[in-house]
Amino acid sequence: MATLVIEKLSKNFGPIEVLRDIDLELASGEMLVIVGASGCGKSTLLRLVAGLEEPTRGRIILDGRDVTPLDPSVRDIAMVFQNYALYPHMSVFDNMAYGLRIRGLAKPEIQRRVQEAATLLGLEPLLARKPRQLSGGQRQRVAMGRAIVREPKLFLFDEPLSNLDAKLRVSMRAEIRRLQRRLGVTSLYVTHDQVEAMTLGDRLLVMHRGVPVQLATPMEVFDRPADAYVAGFIGTPAMNLLDATLTAGGTAARLAGGALLPFADGRRPGEEGKNIIVGIRPEHVRIEAGGMPLAIDLVEPLGSETVLLGRLADETMLSVKVHGAWAGGERTEIVIPSASLHVFEGKSGLRLDPAR
Amino acid sequence: MERRTIFAGWKLPMLLVAPQLVLTFVFFYWPALVAAYESLTRTDAFGIHVTFVGLANFRSLFADPLYRAAILRTVGFCAAVTALALGLGMVLAVAADRELRGRDLYRVLMIWPYAVAPAVSAVLWILLLNPQIGFVGRFLVTHGIRWDYALNGNQAMLMVVLASAWKQVSYNFIFVLAGLQSIPKAVIEAARMDGARGWYRFRTVVLPLLSPTLFFLIVVDLVYAAFDTFGTIWAMTEGGPAQATQTLVVKVYNDGVVNLDLGSSSAQSVVLMVGVVALTALQFRFLGRRSGA
Repeated sequence: MATLVIEKLSKNFGPIEVLRDIDLELASGEMLVIVGASGCGKSTLLRLVAGLEEPTRGRIILDGRDVTPLDPSVRDIAMVFQNYALYPHMSVFDNMAYGLRIRGLAKPEIQRRVQEAATLLGLEPLLARKPRQLSGGQRQRVAMGRAIVREPKLFLFDEPLSNLDAKLRVSMRAEIRRLQRRLGVTSLYVTHDQVEAMTLGDRLLVMHRGVPVQLATPMEVFDRPADAYVAGFIGTPAMNLLDATLTAGGTAARLAGGALLPFADGRRPGEEGKNIIVGIRPEHVRIEAGGMPLAIDLVEPLGSETVLLGRLADETMLSVKVHGAWAGGERTEIVIPSASLHVFEGKSGLRLDPAR
Repeated sequence: MERRTIFAGWKLPMLLVAPQLVLTFVFFYWPALVAAYESLTRTDAFGIHVTFVGLANFRSLFADPLYRAAILRTVGFCAAVTALALGLGMVLAVAADRELRGRDLYRVLMIWPYAVAPAVSAVLWILLLNPQIGFVGRFLVTHGIRWDYALNGNQAMLMVVLASAWKQVSYNFIFVLAGLQSIPKAVIEAARMDGARGWYRFRTVVLPLLSPTLFFLIVVDLVYAAFDTFGTIWAMTEGGPAQATQTLVVKVYNDGVVNLDLGSSSAQSVVLMVGVVALTALQFRFLGRRSGA
């Protein structure tokens, strides 16, 4: 159990700035998920914390101690790698015991800890096997076990589920969450999968091009995305982002096609004609006679719901999620409810809240 | 992905493999068969009468203390060359397997000695070590060391070991480097996170993962030292002084070509051939096991 504080952490690779001024604070036992598209710097951030890369600037403080200059071997951090990185020449038992032997633990203690982790992860029958004799899910468990037995101050997960098939990923996700809760170890978890991010994290850090864009609870990120990038990144199918302009007085948005969308929660600052982006999640769009006409190009049935991909009168793409199967034709009419509208600034993409 | 080309009939395929088969036959099977036959014969001093003597050549060979000494010498020579070449190759490969300024240049320079012809490398070493004209040799002599490989057998042995190993270091370097680079980086990083440092990490993670490469190299180095060092040794010492650097291959040449004892020389060749076959079989078995794993 430990806290993690990251101060003004930056990393350059040559002239390329990969991370800029990351500030982060993790409470003891908290699980923070870092999410972003590939190349956003999230893995680099994790590797900096691990000590596998050296930061250009900034400090990493683990449990009150500045670990920035320390070698990874003495940081007391365990990491689960994307491709598991098990020692191929060692048995499952030895894979887990390796770090304990280095720490000079007594044999019975090593035996006890490995046994305990194996029981926890259902690995007992596999302890004598080599990694190559294991399935992907089993290797994943061994990698987890290797981290758990160390009883480290901090867990790092580097996209640990991305090499598993979809079904296994869902069950391992739940398992990781359960384990982390039970062990109460402070954790940083990196992923590009927003479903993983939403379900696993106490809090999310959304990153974009080396810069943290939003740090909040999953539901807050979903309900009040900090900018248009986060809005489009979190949620499936992605939020519809429509170009629009502000009307006089900031009371409504005028879509490129001419439709007027009044704001339900108050006026937005800015002069008339200011470029804005309005966002509406596909599940919030209502099918309703008398609304805007939508030409449906593609119907994607997902079982309990169906996604319609269509075009508005002015060719703007719009997706709609409806419950059940789609029985309608190739044209329909939709309404965008004001209460579900997200408004972002056109230029910066930042969230535009009502003026007070 | 496997691509197969199927030829109709047998004439074209035969034609295509014929050059290789002819070369193999003319330069390997034929001489090998002649050697095997000659090892069972004795030729008189004038080369007129050839008598079939059965295994007499082999019997006298293994009864000969000089031959037994040559076997021991060759074993020692091979062990020394292999240890030196593999050890140095490994040290250099480990040094090259990290972020270095001018890494590519360094690697190219490391690989060059492999391209130097054995006789040329021998001459280079002579130019360094000759007690009269050699840079290092003269340095040793002027500093009170009685360095003369033409008189001192141990010094001669040291020199041929050095020269032979030097040529093979490149080969070992390339393979160990490739072996090191095929170890997933994440595994090393995992070991770092687990707390393993320096030599301990190398011994418990890197070395075991490198062992297939190292085993392969040991066999290759032994074969090289036993059979491919003739050019180097002959150009430097001709097996001397007083047979101090006469390995089995050098002895085959000396006895057969220089002293014209064709029967004994052929018998020695056959013994060597058996040695090569044994080493190759060992290697094949091992490589087969690895690819099957």
